[in-house]
Amino acid sequence: MFHLTLHLADDALILGHRNSEWTGHGPNLEQDIAISNIALDQIGQARNFYQYAAELYNANKDAYTNIISSPAFLQVIGSIDEDDLAYLRDAMEFRNHLLVELNKGDWAVTITRQFFMSLYQQLLYTDLQYSADKRLAAIAEKSLKEVNYHVRWSGEWVIRLGDGTEESHHRMETAIDQLWPYVGELFIPADFQLEAAASGLLKNPEYYREPWLEKTRAAFEQAGLMIPAPNWYQKGGKQGIHTEHLGYLLAEMQYLQRSHPGAQW
Amino acid sequence: MEKQATINLEQQFQDRVDQDIRIEPKDWMPDKYRQTLIRQISQHAHSEIVGMLPEGNWITRAPSLRRKATLIAKVQDEAGHGLYLYSAAETLGISRAEMIDQLHTGKAKYSSIFNYPTLTWADIGTIGWLVDGAAIMNQVPLCRTSYGPYARAMVRICKEESFHQRQGFEILLTLSRGSEAQKAMCQDAINRWWWPSIMMFGPADDASPHTAQSMKWKIKRFTNDELRQKFVDICADQVKILGMELPDPELKWNAERGHYDFGKINWEEFWQVISGNGPCNKERIAARVKAHEEGAWVREAATAFATKRAQKQSAAVA
Amino acid sequence: MKIVIQIQRYGDYGDREPVKAEGATQNQADWPLWEVFIRSKMGLDHKHVGSLHAADAQMAIENARDVYTRRQEGISIWVVESKYIHASNPDEAASFYDPANDKVYRHPTFYDLPDELKAM
Repeated sequence: MFHLTLHLADDALILGHRNSEWTGHGPNLEQDIAISNIALDQIGQARNFYQYAAELYNANKDAYTNIISSPAFLQVIGSIDEDDLAYLRDAMEFRNHLLVELNKGDWAVTITRQFFMSLYQQLLYTDLQYSADKRLAAIAEKSLKEVNYHVRWSGEWVIRLGDGTEESHHRMETAIDQLWPYVGELFIPADFQLEAAASGLLKNPEYYREPWLEKTRAAFEQAGLMIPAPNWYQKGGKQGIHTEHLGYLLAEMQYLQRSHPGAQW
Repeated sequence: MEKQATINLEQQFQDRVDQDIRIEPKDWMPDKYRQTLIRQISQHAHSEIVGMLPEGNWITRAPSLRRKATLIAKVQDEAGHGLYLYSAAETLGISRAEMIDQLHTGKAKYSSIFNYPTLTWADIGTIGWLVDGAAIMNQVPLCRTSYGPYARAMVRICKEESFHQRQGFEILLTLSRGSEAQKAMCQDAINRWWWPSIMMFGPADDASPHTAQSMKWKIKRFTNDELRQKFVDICADQVKILGMELPDPELKWNAERGHYDFGKINWEEFWQVISGNGPCNKERIAARVKAHEEGAWVREAATAFATKRAQKQSAAVA
Repeated sequence: MKIVIQIQRYGDYGDREPVKAEGATQNQADWPLWEVFIRSKMGLDHKHVGSLHAADAQMAIENARDVYTRRQEGISIWVVESKYIHASNPDEAASFYDPANDKVYRHPTFYDLPDELKAM
């Protein structure tokens, strides 16, 4: 459960962080504001999950000591909080999908990734609302409203760019080719997801593969885009084996917390 | 138009302004009034947009999730404020594209404060406290400015700005109660931002070319020096709560005037920064140009798609 | 700087062709302007809140949601492309609005009724 909560939090934080890199640099003012809103939603979701994860951790520290062993984290005295989880874990202790940590790329990459992730989160949170765990269910219910909007917004952009100009169509194809190898990981269960499925917290993610593909196909059809042939999928994020990108992201994100141990901000 | 008629129109216009009746887009207005407004509103809009950059610089490094979220929300608000202001200026017959072009080609100016770098996290707090504080002081009177769309935009902006200064001060307060290193970080940021902040009120009244006419037209409602004095008075008290100091040895309460006296402003630096020689002028504009150019294909694609969709819809109707 | 008055704008229309502002770069990358109206609470009228740029109506609604309802300002959004708004002419203000000044019988306070009369 702790693992699962952390995984959900990490996905939301890392994607929110990537999207926030657009703030101040969007293709125009209106879209700058739109992508920042999505970043804010995701960071808000991450905070809810991290706060819950911190409670779980504090309630049963001994059970989790082998899960997080970064020296900075172990130096925390007393109870841990959301920021300790976000800022003091090392890259190998992050449980997010590889897809969310990739660089933000151009607007086509950002949109395509957002669409892929939002569709996945929509399916996931819809079920999680009815989870046996009431806290996760409550967070999912609140987050789902946001995610539904993200699906709508990113889906429209997928169609708009796919069916826009020659250049935008080409950029979408490139983005899809780049991201597709990372999509499979969404549906390959990690151990903690199998455990969660066994204890009735959440379905095995394999279950979402078909509905996800169906919705993606529908949007791509309108956009005049093709779903790539099944390919070898990159995976490992949920086991802590990441791409090179996450290390840089964390080095930047965590540096203040780490250079001033124990400080309040 | 005959001269007499113009004079009458000008008189009517001034009468309306004197009676505090708002001027609206379709109303007759002197050309100079229109130009002054376009200049002022677009500069104000540019300042919001360029102002996103120094603060946005710390979004990915904000030291807690709460700070990260509030900083994104704040920088996002600035985008919103720029948008409201560009819209207000557009009612005067200039397009946003033109204004942005003027910014990118260096024809339009923006607040020189944003040409200073944000070097530490404390700079984010200091910008909130001092820079937003100075901005609010300039902006509140603008809610009653004579041009309707500008005044309405400013009402919305001022409402939203109120959290900005508070979040800044809260950052500094936390630092001022933190470790020695954090305290030093806080004082250092105040030292670097204080003088540029009080320059934000613009040149002294005797050297400010636009103030007199702008006062008469009620575009501006207080002089630069009046607002600056008010700001210094407030900050001199607020800094005590932080247990920090303002970097001005001449800062002293003057009981006779009922105000703080303060030292001489380095106007040479002000003019240099305004005219392009600040530490970050080139980087700021380059960042804006880059975002705009890299966004061009996105904007074009959306236009092309909208056209196609409209054609499909009208074909379906026919 | 020479300013040419462009008459393509909310509150500033006529039947003439819009005058291009000098140096205007109206191209594919510039989206048209939309006016935004928001209804704040159940029962109140939509109110003009400002404008924004968008490529089409759907995007205009979404942009309005992101730009103008960040602080729970609204529960309903209308957008209309600015060029479709027709406005009254301020030069005709006298003939438009002054005639209403002496029609006080349109207001309930015009009628003199005894205080004993309740619930009216």
